[in-house]
Amino acid sequence: MSFPWARHYEPKQPLMKWLDDRLPLPRFVYNAVGAGYPVPRNLNYFWNFGVLAGAALAIQIVTGIVLAMHFSTDANTAFNSVESIMRDVNAGWFLRYAHANGASMFLAVVYIHIGRGLYYGSYKPPREMVWLLGVVIFLLMMATAFMGYVLPWGQMSFWGAQVITGFFSAIPLVGETIRVWLLGGYAPDAAALNRFFSLHFLLPFVIAGVIILHIWALHIPGSNNPTGVEVKDEQDTVPFHPYYTAKDGFGLGVFLLIFAAVIFFAPNLLGHPDNYIPANPLSTPAHIVPEWYFLPFYAILKSFTIDFIVPAKLWGVLAMFGSILLLFFLPWLDTSPVRSANYRPVYRWFLVALLVDVLILGYVGGAEPIARNIIMGQIASAYYFLHFLVILPIVSAMERPRPLPGSITEAVLSKHGGTSPAQTAMSGGALAPAE
Amino acid sequence: MATLEDAVPGSEVVHDGPADPRRRDYMQIGAVAFAGVGVGVIALPLINQMNPSADVLAASSTEIDVAAIQPGQAIKTTFRKQPLFVRNLTPAEIAAADAVAVSSLRDPQSLADRTKPGKTNWLITLGVCTHLGCVPLGAGEGENKGPFGGYFCPCHGSAYDTAGRIRQGPAPTNLHVPDYEFTSDTVVTVG
Repeated sequence: MSFPWARHYEPKQPLMKWLDDRLPLPRFVYNAVGAGYPVPRNLNYFWNFGVLAGAALAIQIVTGIVLAMHFSTDANTAFNSVESIMRDVNAGWFLRYAHANGASMFLAVVYIHIGRGLYYGSYKPPREMVWLLGVVIFLLMMATAFMGYVLPWGQMSFWGAQVITGFFSAIPLVGETIRVWLLGGYAPDAAALNRFFSLHFLLPFVIAGVIILHIWALHIPGSNNPTGVEVKDEQDTVPFHPYYTAKDGFGLGVFLLIFAAVIFFAPNLLGHPDNYIPANPLSTPAHIVPEWYFLPFYAILKSFTIDFIVPAKLWGVLAMFGSILLLFFLPWLDTSPVRSANYRPVYRWFLVALLVDVLILGYVGGAEPIARNIIMGQIASAYYFLHFLVILPIVSAMERPRPLPGSITEAVLSKHGGTSPAQTAMSGGALAPAE
Repeated sequence: MATLEDAVPGSEVVHDGPADPRRRDYMQIGAVAFAGVGVGVIALPLINQMNPSADVLAASSTEIDVAAIQPGQAIKTTFRKQPLFVRNLTPAEIAAADAVAVSSLRDPQSLADRTKPGKTNWLITLGVCTHLGCVPLGAGEGENKGPFGGYFCPCHGSAYDTAGRIRQGPAPTNLHVPDYEFTSDTVVTVG
């Protein structure tokens, strides 16, 4: 589907015409990311991050496939094969650092992408399915990142696998059986390493498949925009190509500069030195923490210290998974008809509070479990759930949003001081000072 | 689904569909159910292959000679690739464990429940914290034994007493005591 004014693909060369009659693949691309997809004219740079996430996935798949050519999945040789990639394989150090830091870059752009969706209400009707598929992609990414981290078979790999599969042992009655089934043994060992490699290879392609659904679902209503106002007519949009291919291309350049700076100047910044020690099932590192992108969730897990009806451990695991599963219900928890937080004077401050809350959780997740940090984590965990389950529905019901602009074009023109075709009381409202 | 009756030429009834639509439904449901059972049967080996393989299960019993462990000492060995703590408790440690009211514990067990009769000084437990599976400290020379003198898990701060019972921190249960028996005075078979 697209807007009625979307341009149509008209092949001019005989070869392209011949191809279009038999396999309309160029037409498909033209309508998806070419001139045939009309996009709101006012997208800001936050709209780059979807494309950046796609690029990061492509980088992970390419570097991952070549690393798999040199990696050994056997528990006795996996660690040494990674060291051999670092020292002996031609450009192996570059490929491995690109892959390891690429995971961090991927998660980083996805977190900004999710934040963009939260701020501009991209999860609201008619884009709920886009959001739901996005949460599925996020869960798949977490699973993939975890299993990839196990593969070098260092100390953090091993103990990460031990702790994370330990979550399943919290399930009453069948938990331990499930854990043993997942690991293929009583502790992480050769069987676990092999299956994690197999799944780590598979899941990125599953992610790619769900991304196709994600984009398909997006293209039914078309992209959201910073005003949250729906596209009304042709002057509200520009064709994706060349306007946003150019803007995304610029953003991609900046992304790659940062990525290169990390790879070449601080490749171990986000890693843990303990992972350069081979896995030792008899000795736990003094301080086990997951990678930075899991820290807020790890903090929620650690925040339950008292048994209440069920053991504290089960509460922690339920809350940790619940904190992500909660996102599936977001489109129905936020009942405000206004999408963009730019026009929601109360909600936007609670969103800032949520961001600070998640940053605190991230700090607590990586900190030592001393009393002060535990209490801080408990308060921050409670606020996280409070935000989605209590604050959001109440704010949606009570808040008086600012007047919305009449159209995207009107918002754009009034911002640049130009004369809008309809610069009336309605658009003047958008410029009114904050209450 | 043609039937003999339908095939009789000159039959005056004109059918748009089958004579008895339920017959076709029956075939359809039967066929899909049959395929469903087949998928289910094939799923079984696909699921079961992930369970521990025969060689992993074969390594499931371990023999340990405990003769050299002095009172107050402990060793770390492995059982099913998991750390196993074998500890020779001192009389003071036994007394400390027995002094605790069992009903006050999170996972109520006495030291006698966790050891063999006449061998209450031999505490044999898995060295796997029941919280999330880290190896607690306290078995090695000079390691932090925690506030209750037994084991201390550095990951999330669970503290175990001299009978390996959870006393403080997030772990839900006592350190697991595997099945074992003394095959002689100094040899233990675990598993």
